[in-house]
Amino acid sequence: MSTLDIRNVHKSYGAVAAAIGIDLSVQAGSRTAIVGPSGCGKTTLLRLIAGFEVPDSGAITFNGRTLADETTLVPAHERVIGFLPQNGALFPHLTVAGNIGFGLAKDLSDRAQRIAALIDLVALEQSMLTRWPHELSGGQQQRVALARALAQQPKLMLLDEPFSALDTGLRAATRKAVADVLSKAGVTTILVTHDQEEALSFADQVAVMRDGRLIQVGDPVELYLRPRDEATAIFLGEAIILPALVAAGYADCALGRVIVDDQAISGKRQIVLRPEQLHVTPVRPFELCEDDCHGHVTEIDFVGYACHLGIKLAGDKSQVNGTPPLLMVRHPNDQVPPIGSMVRIDVTKPAHVLDAD
Amino acid sequence: MSVSDVPGITTPIAKTATSRLSRPVNRPAAWITVIAIAASLAALLPLGFVIFVALQNGWDTIVAMVVRPRVGELLVNTVLLVAFTVPLCIILGVALAWLTERTNLPGRRFWSLLCAAPLAVPAFVHSYAWVSLVPSIHGLFAGVLVSLIAYFPFLYLPAAAALRRLDPAMEDVAASLGETPRRIFMRVILPQLRLPIWGGALLVGLHLLAEYGLYAMIRFDTFTTAIFDQFQSTFNGPAANMLAGVLVLCCLLLLITEAGTRGRARYARLGAGSEALPRIHHLNLGFCIMALVLCALTAALALGVPFVTLGRWLIAGGSEVWNMAELVPALWQTLLYAVIGALITTAAAIPMAWLSVRRPGRFIRLLEGCNYVTSALPGIVVALALVTITVRIAHPLYQTVFTVLLAYLLMFLPRALIGLRASIAQAPAELEDVARSLGRTPSRAIWGITLRLAAPGAAAGAALVFLAITNELTATLLLAPNGTRTLATGFWARSSEIDYAGAAPYALIMVLLSLPLTWLLYRQSQRMAGR
Repeated sequence: MSTLDIRNVHKSYGAVAAAIGIDLSVQAGSRTAIVGPSGCGKTTLLRLIAGFEVPDSGAITFNGRTLADETTLVPAHERVIGFLPQNGALFPHLTVAGNIGFGLAKDLSDRAQRIAALIDLVALEQSMLTRWPHELSGGQQQRVALARALAQQPKLMLLDEPFSALDTGLRAATRKAVADVLSKAGVTTILVTHDQEEALSFADQVAVMRDGRLIQVGDPVELYLRPRDEATAIFLGEAIILPALVAAGYADCALGRVIVDDQAISGKRQIVLRPEQLHVTPVRPFELCEDDCHGHVTEIDFVGYACHLGIKLAGDKSQVNGTPPLLMVRHPNDQVPPIGSMVRIDVTKPAHVLDAD
Repeated sequence: MSVSDVPGITTPIAKTATSRLSRPVNRPAAWITVIAIAASLAALLPLGFVIFVALQNGWDTIVAMVVRPRVGELLVNTVLLVAFTVPLCIILGVALAWLTERTNLPGRRFWSLLCAAPLAVPAFVHSYAWVSLVPSIHGLFAGVLVSLIAYFPFLYLPAAAALRRLDPAMEDVAASLGETPRRIFMRVILPQLRLPIWGGALLVGLHLLAEYGLYAMIRFDTFTTAIFDQFQSTFNGPAANMLAGVLVLCCLLLLITEAGTRGRARYARLGAGSEALPRIHHLNLGFCIMALVLCALTAALALGVPFVTLGRWLIAGGSEVWNMAELVPALWQTLLYAVIGALITTAAAIPMAWLSVRRPGRFIRLLEGCNYVTSALPGIVVALALVTITVRIAHPLYQTVFTVLLAYLLMFLPRALIGLRASIAQAPAELEDVARSLGRTPSRAIWGITLRLAAPGAAAGAALVFLAITNELTATLLLAPNGTRTLATGFWARSSEIDYAGAAPYALIMVLLSLPLTWLLYRQSQRMAGR
């Protein structure tokens, strides 16, 4: 069952189009991340769903109820959609309890118990209820903001880069905590972020947005391994893009002949490989075999958990491109081949063929 | 097959154009825009009045009434007054600001407070003090002297705030490049003070053009005093209105000159300010003594003279001058006007302030500009405009409380606007969004969150309006209902009858009412600088 449906939504500010023909379905109880560079229109899309902005055309429906279309507009305060903005945006003039209870009716008989249950839900101490927002850390503020948004028991929660202001360590932990709380409450969630790692780890469904359009929507693994175009491939993580001649499930490229994931494609195309698909083995010259792809290590870049090797290929086997490219390959920290030594490069798993332009 | 034939690639612009008509809108609180437009249109009344009078009388009458020796005389007086007073205010204000902020002058906190304090004394009380101390004082020299004393804090406060905020690193860099302290002041510090100096100079200039009481008391004729005399002798005659037109032109000329020469550069490093403390210059003994003499002389002239004079009259008058039957109603009347005026003005400024922060755009800037232009016009022009309009169009409103409050609103709206705008800008827009997502209507979100958070700024703005109304003389004299007496008009009536002792209690109460707010203003200018 699909709960949120966005159909052909357009929104522009004067001459600037922020959302062009957006189509997106979000399943009940799932987590969707909308990811894209800043200025791509992802926050506008979120604000259209929340009701802070009105679409120029198109329709947004939620659980069969029309929120916005050609004739209807449900204002933001009647949508019961939770909203968690970038910095939490706690009301500075209210205590933690005041913030959490903001969306609860004043005359509710079990108001205090509900607030107490909500602060439990986000794993904060009861003693925090009397604190002021400025006395909390960034992560705690985000949890209170989450509890405040959950108070009115929304079926849909919108997260607008809520983790980007947090320190790296706190960020992953807060993200995990928020995801757990939302899963437990069974709330459908949409996260907007410019951080591809955050999007991939948080969501069941990732939507890549660029220049006001949704470029590709799918599950994280699918998107990471099979991006539609070069820009999406690079945006979702480090990628090696190589020109290749594709035919019958194989591609001839600078790395020799590699298997590709689509047997039906043929012709001059671009293929994409992730760095972890390449494996480097030191070899001695007499061990070389004609069919192997090999090259020299030209630089070693130590980054802590691994090192990056710069490898200059001995020659381009594909004849697609005259000059042999310089590859950056991730390599475990033990047994690092020294600069100038010769290595063999093996490709595991099939390469993905990008769409033709 | 061309690109436009491909399904899915249709132009969204065409689509939005056809569907917009039937589309529901989510414009938060349209009434906010309506009120803002109404306030701005009202603000244009005085300017419209001047243009109307000009059109009505025709070019020949204008020439006949404006091109005559009397107008030339007034023009010379006014130009000389501005030409002498403004540069002197700049020199005195900047010198005192530098001494109290950037040198080891003994007791510099104390002196800095004394430099702001003259603001608590209304300009016409300054002039009253001088006239009763030196009865023969009059003319240009007196005008420049008393204006300098009454208005130099307008330059001192912003210059001192800017000096405190300057990034000391720039001076360090200049020193490392081999500049002497004197040349650092001229080449690095002074250029960065340009914006506050220009802003302060404009404020002083507009006050010089608008002030009535100060110059009437020392018998120095400016446009404003001439308009007032003309109005008293011929009521609503074209002569007064013509003079008002010339005065408005003078004001606009000042505004344009300031805007044209201010420049666009942002000199001072704004924002959070630096951790580093500004450099403190050590004065040698001779210089230190000269500086102390300057400070003491300024304090003696700007504070000593009014307080000594007031004290002398109060002692001489004894308990007789404390005529409670007159003083208490005057105080009550003043408080009533000032409190209601401050509340109305602040409330009227809210929509404009909210729009200028949340929906900035060319139209909103234009609306805002209307309000600033009117507040730059002298109170006498606003009053004349309202007299003319009420007499001709809405006679029942002539000399009513409503008209007085409207004049205050038009004259002092920007004072409320500035504080409100700054504090609304500090309340993040996301808070309104969050409140709406939690079930608050747009107007309740603005009222309950943004305005709640902007309350301190609104209160500061309201306090400024309160202060201005308490000391307002010109418009109140022209517009207040018969028999109404505020502290200012009561003071004026007494001192016009040369009953200086009888005027003293009124002056004292006005000063006492102004003191706490002047203190607030002083603190605020310090806080703005991050202290």
